[in-house]
Amino acid sequence: MEIGLSHYLTVSAILFTLGVFGIFLNRKNVIVILMSIELILLAVNINMVAFSMHLNDLVGQVFALFILTVAAAEAAIGLAILVVFYRNRGSIAVEDVNMMKG
Amino acid sequence: MGLQALFFYIFAFVAVASAFMVIAARNPVHSVLFLILTFFNAAGLFLLTGAEFLAMILLVVYVGAVAVLFLFVVMMLDIDFAELRAGVLEYAPVGALIGVILVAELIVVLAGNAFTSNAAGTGASPIPLPSERTNTAALGDVLYTNYIYFFQIAGLILFVAMIGAIVLTLRHRTDIKRQDISRQVARTPEASVEVVKVKPGQGI
Repeated sequence: MEIGLSHYLTVSAILFTLGVFGIFLNRKNVIVILMSIELILLAVNINMVAFSMHLNDLVGQVFALFILTVAAAEAAIGLAILVVFYRNRGSIAVEDVNMMKG
Repeated sequence: MGLQALFFYIFAFVAVASAFMVIAARNPVHSVLFLILTFFNAAGLFLLTGAEFLAMILLVVYVGAVAVLFLFVVMMLDIDFAELRAGVLEYAPVGALIGVILVAELIVVLAGNAFTSNAAGTGASPIPLPSERTNTAALGDVLYTNYIYFFQIAGLILFVAMIGAIVLTLRHRTDIKRQDISRQVARTPEASVEVVKVKPGQGI
């Protein structure tokens, strides 16, 4: 059986779901939630590259490159916010993030 | 079963298993290390599809920068992760239910026969044969011509993210001693050396 588009899409669907499930499972731990978001973005990238292969079109890989850029920027900003928050509150539990509560 | 299929199944299985360990590991350091393993196997999948440049970029950017950044932050913050882990199974059944529904829907929609139609070759920029032009060069051909503005915007996004991360985490501490070079240079012997006459047997 030849490896085609549907195989890659299945893998990326499973990775995407694991990312979403990780947000549910580790809802107190911001660091693992950020890692789950990285997993979701990776699944999207696999989708892009698989369609690029299937449609024989390079634009999918260009898109994947831009997604990679945004994911890197998002991780950097998210972790910076996390460090600042830990400095101020001494905790990163999600339920402690209530400073803006009116 | 060809060699390509064999490697696909190896990469796919390890990627999915380590992705599961990312969200299931007790220690966040282990999570980061499994995330790195996931990225390595995803890079293998990219290689199988022919996206060589993206595979290498995935390793350089994700493993070299993002995952190490995660590792630094996990090790820098002194957090009781066992406490964060408490009650982790409380919402697991709901999450698992949603996950099963989601993956079933995605696989039914994406992996069905909807995309097996012959749409190949109709793209705006077809992939050249690897013997004629390498993947990196072909990607550059497209990226630096049709998508040059998007490329520059991507650079701008990274620039803003860098400035933002620096501004967010920079702080001026007043309780530590710092080197002030202009003060050091402006120091003269007249201002810093004092000659004191000491009488014999008395001291200062």
